[in-house]
Amino acid sequence: MNTPIDLMSAITGPAASGPSDHRWFPPGTHITVRGLTKRFGATTLYENFNLDIPRGQLISIFGPNGCGKSTLINMMSGILPIDGGEVLFDGKALRDTRIGYVFQNYREAMFPWLRAIDNLRYPLKFLKLSKAEKDARVERMIARFDVKIDLHRYPYELSGGQQQMVSIMRALIVDPEVLFMDEPFSALDYEMTLFMREQLQKVFMETRTTTLLVSHDLEEAVHLADKILLLTRKPTHVADYISFDAPRPRDTATLSTPEFVRVKAHSLEVFQREVRKP
Amino acid sequence: MKPSLKEHLLALLAKLAPLWGALVFVALWWIATSLKVIDPILLPSPADSAKALWKGMMGGSLWHDFLRTVTRTLLSFIIAVAIAVPLGIVLGSSDKIYRAVEFIIDFFRSTPASAMFPLFLVLFGVGEKTKIAVAAFGAALVILFNVAYGVMNARKLRQLAARVMGASRIGVLTDVTFWESMPQTFVGMRSGVSLALVIVIVAEMFIGSTDGLGQRVINSQMIFDMPEMYASIFAAGALGYCLNLLFLSIERKFVHWGGK
Ligand SMILES: Nc1ncnc2c1ncn2[C@@H]1O[C@H](COP(=O)(O)OP(=O)(O)OP(=O)(O)O)[C@@H](O)[C@H]1O
Ligand SMILES: [Mg+2]
Repeated sequence: MNTPIDLMSAITGPAASGPSDHRWFPPGTHITVRGLTKRFGATTLYENFNLDIPRGQLISIFGPNGCGKSTLINMMSGILPIDGGEVLFDGKALRDTRIGYVFQNYREAMFPWLRAIDNLRYPLKFLKLSKAEKDARVERMIARFDVKIDLHRYPYELSGGQQQMVSIMRALIVDPEVLFMDEPFSALDYEMTLFMREQLQKVFMETRTTTLLVSHDLEEAVHLADKILLLTRKPTHVADYISFDAPRPRDTATLSTPEFVRVKAHSLEVFQREVRKP
Repeated sequence: MKPSLKEHLLALLAKLAPLWGALVFVALWWIATSLKVIDPILLPSPADSAKALWKGMMGGSLWHDFLRTVTRTLLSFIIAVAIAVPLGIVLGSSDKIYRAVEFIIDFFRSTPASAMFPLFLVLFGVGEKTKIAVAAFGAALVILFNVAYGVMNARKLRQLAARVMGASRIGVLTDVTFWESMPQTFVGMRSGVSLALVIVIVAEMFIGSTDGLGQRVINSQMIFDMPEMYASIFAAGALGYCLNLLFLSIERKFVHWGGK
């Protein structure tokens, strides 16, 4: 699905200029963040921030408390305005891009006046699809998550995990080009968290949607990611951007592989160095 | 385990608890009249009042007056809702507009609607229109205030969620903000309909009326037909009570997610 575009950027991207160029991006890049600037009052959170997100990969974002993880994906997804710079998706602006966003607070992100199924259907309203196509999408989404949820209930009648599941399905139903998730599992209990990580990974393997996942759990961040983006304290920069190439599906055995242990240890080291900086 | 007979009885007693208060009230009333503590002309016995209520409602003219008052109240309420809900949504969704008119709304909301009668009499003349206009005015301000408040306090996250899924500004308003304001809107509608009833009754008393519960209360008082007067008062009380109950049950059904 993405090969033609990959080829394109492979030909035109790097050949045209070198890595020192502001516009340069490596082949296979999906999202480019260039010169991003964000201030809150007198404090500068981001200043000339650059980032490349490769296509079809799951990127975990990890960093100190309040370093701007949420702010970063909120700016990318258009929830927060940016003060400078640009974010492009395949060279397109956000308004020409289909995105999905999963909020941490599922209770407040669902619409309690709609049944779960109508919550799920809601974003389809903004796509130009026939009724039959919409129904087919809903069916497909329900089949993809083989969880038994009575979707004719209202969100508040579902468990937290089920609500977040519906919320993820709602983000995916538009077949987004990019999926944003801000600590999606942090309000769930441990058992549910493990189950949801597994579900997320399964769906990711099927769809290969470029995904940005903010996580405050380093183990989770590494376990799910193709790349881990480590951020510094503010003013925020990229502290490190590490690849983790373990084959999928990854399970609990992955957690004890030398590669996992190495990447996690390295990430922790970078993180601690950042936190301890005066 | 099946609940025992005793538990059944206790549950029944608990359910009937509100009835006890009413029974005690009627008993005290009855004792007061039979001991002639209060002049029987001023306070007729519960039986006489009940008879007047029954006779009046069953084919008597009280039923007709009752319906007139209901009609006026509901009509003014509907007008109030039609004006106040859309206006409240607009006001609440714009900080600037709201701040500009907050004082005016708050001022008129605090002005007793009865003080507006003379003004409305001048505007609408002595007749049906004035009663309904004043009641609608009073109710609309209460509803407006509550709707605007509900809109302003809508969860920002839900609006963002709709936004990020592709809703336009108007879309966010109709798909999220409108629903978010519902619980508060219902609070406003309940107070609004109560207020409309109060104003309609007062208007029926003092603004050339030939029917309605308010006019009936005043008339029976003037001819000293006390059972009739108490019957009308009870009819008005029952009306207010039932309206509140009706709105509460609609609210519970409609705003099913409230408080969850
Ligand atoms: N609306 C705002 N006004 C002022 N400051 C803000 C605002 N939003 C965020 N900030 C500040 O920007 C910084 C980054 O916030 P952000 O929520 O993005 O951090 P985060 O990395 O997601 O934190 P957490 O680990 O708590 O989720 C914080 O220091 C916060 O105080
Ligand atoms: Mg955050």
